[in-house]
Amino acid sequence: MRSLINVKKSGVDKAKTNADKSVVGGQDNVGLGGVGRSKKHESADKQVSGEAIYVDDRPALRGELHAAVGQSAHAHANIIAMDLSAVKAAPGVIAVITVDDVPGHTDIGPVFPGDPILAIGKVEYVGQPIFAVAATSYDLARKAVKLAKIEYETLEAVLTVKEALAKQSFVRPPFTMKRGDSDTAITKAEHQLSGEITVGGQEHMYLEGQVSTAVPTEDGGMNIYTSSQHPSEVQKLVAEVLDIPLNKVLVDMRRMGGGFGGKETQAAPWACIAAILADKTTRSVKCKLGRMDDMIMTGKRHPFENSYTVGFDSHGLIKGINIEVNGNCGISPDLSDAIVDRAMFHSDNAYFLDQATVTGNRCKLNTVSHTAYRGFGGPQGMMTIEMVMDDIARYLGKDPLEIRKINLYGKEQRNETHYHQKVEHNNLAELIDSLEESADYQARRKAIIAFNANNPVLKKGIALTPVKFGISFTVQHLNQAGALVHIYTDGTIHLSHGGSEMGQGLNTKVAQIVAEEFQVDVDTVAISSARTDKVPNSSPTAASSGTDLNGKAAEAAAKTIKKRLIDFACEKYQVTAEQVKFANNNIIVGEQTFSFAEFSQLAYMGRVSLSSTGFYKTPKIHFDRATAKGRPFFYFATGASVSEVIIDTLTGEYKTLRTDILQDVGHSINPAIDIGQIEGAFIQGMGWLTTEELVWNEQGHLLSNNPATYKIPAINDTPEDFRVALLPDAPNREHTIYNSKAVGEPPFMLGMSVWSALKDAISSLTDYKHSPVLDTPATPERVLWAVEAAKAVLCAEKK
Amino acid sequence: MTNNSVHFLLNNDVVSIENIDPNLTVLQYLREVQFSTGTKEGCASGDCGACTVVLAELDGDNNEQLHYKSINSCITFVGNLHGKQLITIEDLKEQGKLHHAQQTIVDNHGTQCGFCTPGFVMSSFALHKHNNTPTRAQVLEALAGNLCRCTGYRSIIEAAITSSIGVDDDSFAKHYQQTVQTLTELQKLPTPVLTGNGHHFIAPKSIDELAYELVREPKATLVAGGTDLALSVTQHLASIDKLVYVGNVAALSTIEETDSEIVIGSALPYSKFIDTLHHYYPDLGDMIERIGSKQVRNNGTLGGNIGNASPIGDMPPALIALGATMTLHVNGVERTILVEDYFVDYKKTVLKPSEFIKSVQIPKPKTGQILKLYKISKRIDDDISAVLAAIFIAQKDQKISHVRIAFGGMAAIPKRAFAAEAELQGNCLTKDTVAQAKQALTLDFKPMSDVRASEKYRMRVAQNLIEKCFVELQSQTIATRVVNYA
Repeated sequence: MRSLINVKKSGVDKAKTNADKSVVGGQDNVGLGGVGRSKKHESADKQVSGEAIYVDDRPALRGELHAAVGQSAHAHANIIAMDLSAVKAAPGVIAVITVDDVPGHTDIGPVFPGDPILAIGKVEYVGQPIFAVAATSYDLARKAVKLAKIEYETLEAVLTVKEALAKQSFVRPPFTMKRGDSDTAITKAEHQLSGEITVGGQEHMYLEGQVSTAVPTEDGGMNIYTSSQHPSEVQKLVAEVLDIPLNKVLVDMRRMGGGFGGKETQAAPWACIAAILADKTTRSVKCKLGRMDDMIMTGKRHPFENSYTVGFDSHGLIKGINIEVNGNCGISPDLSDAIVDRAMFHSDNAYFLDQATVTGNRCKLNTVSHTAYRGFGGPQGMMTIEMVMDDIARYLGKDPLEIRKINLYGKEQRNETHYHQKVEHNNLAELIDSLEESADYQARRKAIIAFNANNPVLKKGIALTPVKFGISFTVQHLNQAGALVHIYTDGTIHLSHGGSEMGQGLNTKVAQIVAEEFQVDVDTVAISSARTDKVPNSSPTAASSGTDLNGKAAEAAAKTIKKRLIDFACEKYQVTAEQVKFANNNIIVGEQTFSFAEFSQLAYMGRVSLSSTGFYKTPKIHFDRATAKGRPFFYFATGASVSEVIIDTLTGEYKTLRTDILQDVGHSINPAIDIGQIEGAFIQGMGWLTTEELVWNEQGHLLSNNPATYKIPAINDTPEDFRVALLPDAPNREHTIYNSKAVGEPPFMLGMSVWSALKDAISSLTDYKHSPVLDTPATPERVLWAVEAAKAVLCAEKK
Repeated sequence: MTNNSVHFLLNNDVVSIENIDPNLTVLQYLREVQFSTGTKEGCASGDCGACTVVLAELDGDNNEQLHYKSINSCITFVGNLHGKQLITIEDLKEQGKLHHAQQTIVDNHGTQCGFCTPGFVMSSFALHKHNNTPTRAQVLEALAGNLCRCTGYRSIIEAAITSSIGVDDDSFAKHYQQTVQTLTELQKLPTPVLTGNGHHFIAPKSIDELAYELVREPKATLVAGGTDLALSVTQHLASIDKLVYVGNVAALSTIEETDSEIVIGSALPYSKFIDTLHHYYPDLGDMIERIGSKQVRNNGTLGGNIGNASPIGDMPPALIALGATMTLHVNGVERTILVEDYFVDYKKTVLKPSEFIKSVQIPKPKTGQILKLYKISKRIDDDISAVLAAIFIAQKDQKISHVRIAFGGMAAIPKRAFAAEAELQGNCLTKDTVAQAKQALTLDFKPMSDVRASEKYRMRVAQNLIEKCFVELQSQTIATRVVNYA
């Protein structure tokens, strides 16, 4: 294993130089504030010492109660009778609620209706909340819930995508994006291929489960302490279920123990239930889901079933393609419209599809409603086209890397997507060339062929896969953010912004941005909870947009105050604005130097407002859903990875031996944090495609409902040789914050290189003449069946 | 003579607890009784390691040394703490300065959301207490029971691999002798009993005392590490009326060797016998390293793994293939049976009321005998087997002179593959005999489908593992396993 520090390959040393020297905005500017430097995570010291407070760690208020939620045992059933008398009589139980006890709205669907807070007469998936209790302890609450007697009349349940498609059971209408005449192009092409792939879903498995505490306030309002990526939505939904105005609900979100999209909409129900119980009992109520409940009751990454028909020439160049993506949305719309849209937007990944038709179906099934998860449909969309690349390569007897390269978007031509956005500033060709060289792809390809020839049991495979990921919420109004900056009279700064910290280092980066503006030590910028009374109407922290949006908003707030300070200096000391400089924790005014603290005090005495809001909205973006044309993305984040794997052809077991990644993060605001995001995203993406298997039984019960049966990557799954580098000297050509690029989601999809490498290893059995079908997750079982299918092909050919 | 409380060291303070429900886990005790919230609950099932704490216990020939071990506090009952030192994340910082195990994680940017971090710190702390300069392999072994969803582990590995030479004089080292002394005194206390909420816990100190207790209370539940039993409480919300803890019975926590056997006390945790078994049967040592996690192996015992009679326990197939025996004890009367004969049906055994497993006797290999073990699971680390194959084989004059094959995960109990054995016994090891043995497996087993694997996969893999064994016996130079491929 090697970290960035001791990697010797070209680009990497330069990336490290960037990290050390702080190249900002294209100028060498060793900024004290720290933009461009590997500042440690603002909570690191607290996290390693157990001092970082998560919602469940907050001291209980006097009389605080604990909630537990009664769940549906059926995938689809009418509730005939419900006897909760034993629940009410159970030890410690103070209150029991059903939907009849909800004072206000009973539907908490985030965009479209469809998510009853508690079941209304019927249940539509296993694990659907039916009633909730508040008891004096967590254990008593959980035990009480088990005493409910509910009589069901079971109804027919839709439990597969195929059934949903046959019945046209959709949560939202189908949608098509189209460029040119794909049918004709496919027919006219020299070669045609078609295929299908099932792409599994994914449990978020944030280490901290869902949790919220609701505290009633003196004026009939509610304070909510929650682990949520979307405090403003929690505020709105709590207000609605309680039937009180938004200004009486305050949501405080200090940190999450992981989110990954799983706390974008899925945190709200538990906050709402806690609030209803708190309202009813006038006591503080904490609602925390145990791990198994969390896994059963909350939505996951959408499983998809996709298919394609492609036409291509003898070089492997795509001439036309039809792609259908079918998302398993579960029972309600939730965010599925946008998620399936994003799968469609990313059905090209990095490739020019020429004449293309991409259709997306939003299948409605009787399972928990699937939801946001890092990549938001993008990964599931990309899988199809990456399958196409491998399939074309095997068909033509070429290395898949060659096929990937020739199909990349061009710079001046061949640069329009199937939704008619121009792909600008495309650097993937150079990035891939650089990675191919630094990862020694060609030599290793040869070594692998030799290894495979000499080992009858184990086979190796290698693959290089790129990622091009569109940055912006595709729902336009979400692309806005607010921030609030205060300077106190001792020169310390307090910063609030609308984003929420889930470990991604957002608070650290935004603090660096504010410190950079004032040229003060980043330690002087305090940042605490995201609170809805500090920054209102915030968007979810999602879509990789946290730093892009909130960083710009915070910068705007800081710039406003900075301008006031400069104006004050000009007036008081009769200097020009150019003579006022912020440097090294000082403000230099002409010949005089003041410490930042001194000058803050002076400004205060001079009656200068030292507090300001800041606001940002992403420019340039638009998309017309009626014509399926526009520019939904401000820019694209790109990267590529090479993975080498080894498989056991007798058992299907495998291991990732080495992974090299080159990721474009623009001018990195914090290289250490960016590398952490890339490494973590890659491993999470690899887990999604390999060991993480969601299994539902024929009654719609989730069988993989705990970490003993659902296996996320553990420490031995990290490749021993793991080389991650940031693309050097690559400022974002769009005017993002310090010309950085978003990093949260894009590297997740680099995990596809592991899946493709597994297929490469399997393909070696047929001398690379056949492209194995490998649905995901590619568990050892699926790999073994693919191996056996390859062996069967070989046998058939010999006969 | 008993003593109506459980005594232990909470860092440097002697704590005695009484009137507490013995179904309480150490994690609940820390968070709800001590209000120490640094230790996190990630799963409450021993699968994620977020709740990892360290226990120091007396060790060495004269019990004058301390053995530091990481455990999952979420599946350890509070009574198990008796006579030990409990060290949590809050205890590591000294005068405001981060401990080496903490500082290295900060320096390597090894935290993101931070929720798993206290667990990683404690696992790394325990590792470095016995090993200043761990290798990568040792780090992975020590941390494989800690899940991180954010970092991808690279930064955490680099932190934990950082040498602690010269920075090991921490507060625990400074208090070492005092800790040994206090624990020695606690060990001298009469048999601890804990009663609360109508539930009872007792930790007998001798075999006689244990036997007596079980005769008196035949329905009592035996608990060793509790790594499986505790799930009934934390996941299924059961309450156990009477817990009898075997970990305090010194005579059950021994390992001895005779000329022909290795005798392992039923309450000895895996981590204490892994090296001995590795010496005689390398595959067995390697396989044990994949049973649960370090935290589980530090608490989990051979007696527990056999005793709960799970069809997917990893030790029984190996023990059956080796022809191991076990000694059962009831009220002063002992009998010795083959491990193979212990299992009757799903979760049913020949164990009589009041009877307990005293020891397991594993024969040492005779010349030419080889044990091949294969654990098949979705994930390499900390996963339950879909199939476990144990093949104990010897060849003489080109012929298979001895073969015993047992599988886990293929039936309701761990079970011999008699039909497959019959195809091999006395024959030459050839492609044909192997093919016949593979075919014969379909007579031996009718596996089932579940969340881990389909019945079809189980059968095919079981068959292929016989083939793999054949390949490995044919040539020792070809790499055949991905698990330890580097």
